[in-house]
Amino acid sequence: MSLVSGAFFVFAVCAVASALVMVTRKSPVASAVGLITHFFCLSGLYLTLQAQLLAALQILVYAGAIMVLVTFVIMLLNLGEEEKLAQKLNVRNIVGIVMAGLLGVQIIAFLIMQRGELTQLSPNAEVIGSVNELGRVLFTDYLFPFEAVSLLLLAAVVGSVVLAKRNLES
Amino acid sequence: MQSIPLEYYLALSGVLFSIGAIGVLTRRNAIIIFMCIELMLNSVNLTLVAFSSFLGNSAGQIFVFFVMTVAAAEAAIGLAIILALFRNKQTVYVDEVNLMRW
Repeated sequence: MSLVSGAFFVFAVCAVASALVMVTRKSPVASAVGLITHFFCLSGLYLTLQAQLLAALQILVYAGAIMVLVTFVIMLLNLGEEEKLAQKLNVRNIVGIVMAGLLGVQIIAFLIMQRGELTQLSPNAEVIGSVNELGRVLFTDYLFPFEAVSLLLLAAVVGSVVLAKRNLES
Repeated sequence: MQSIPLEYYLALSGVLFSIGAIGVLTRRNAIIIFMCIELMLNSVNLTLVAFSSFLGNSAGQIFVFFVMTVAAAEAAIGLAIILALFRNKQTVYVDEVNLMRW
């Protein structure tokens, strides 16, 4: 087993385990820590796919910015612990678990039926994951979406300021 | 070089997406539902990066870049909404917020 295969299985198991921790813990802080671990595992998976820039961005944007915001809100609200998932298995929860489980089974079954031929990374995978190439594509072919996204971020900043103000009149 | 087939990445992504869906459907805490949505977005990101690297096309990685941007905007707005909800109703449990229930 090569290094990349070993890294894939380690990160995959760790990612699924931390996702399960996130969904099942009753304390929001424990969930947040599980999600941060999950983001680090995903960053490792991106590295096995030779997407270096996205691996760095995953840690910077998700584990850095977004999760700091989430943990900040958790601490600000000072939330208690929710009743644990297993202790209150009512009809709604059972239906939810069954539906989502069916979704997963469907995806896996579809993958098993479709036998693909893609067993190797593309030879230029290392090139397209680099900062150089992604930056070039982003600022030439995808320039308009890039500018549109800057407008979206501006709208988000204005919207969150408006929502966070206590009352708009004063 | 012996490497992992594409299906392994897609199956892992499907499993993570289902775990996120279970979280969204069963948890009551709005912040945890929000984190589960982030989990589902990330599983789709993994699919896009896997296809991008296996097909040698950079469009998938550009899409992931945009998804990350939208997720950051969503985090700012979503958490501001949760804060406003907590200020008005003193709860973040979604089944206690039933003002618009029919």
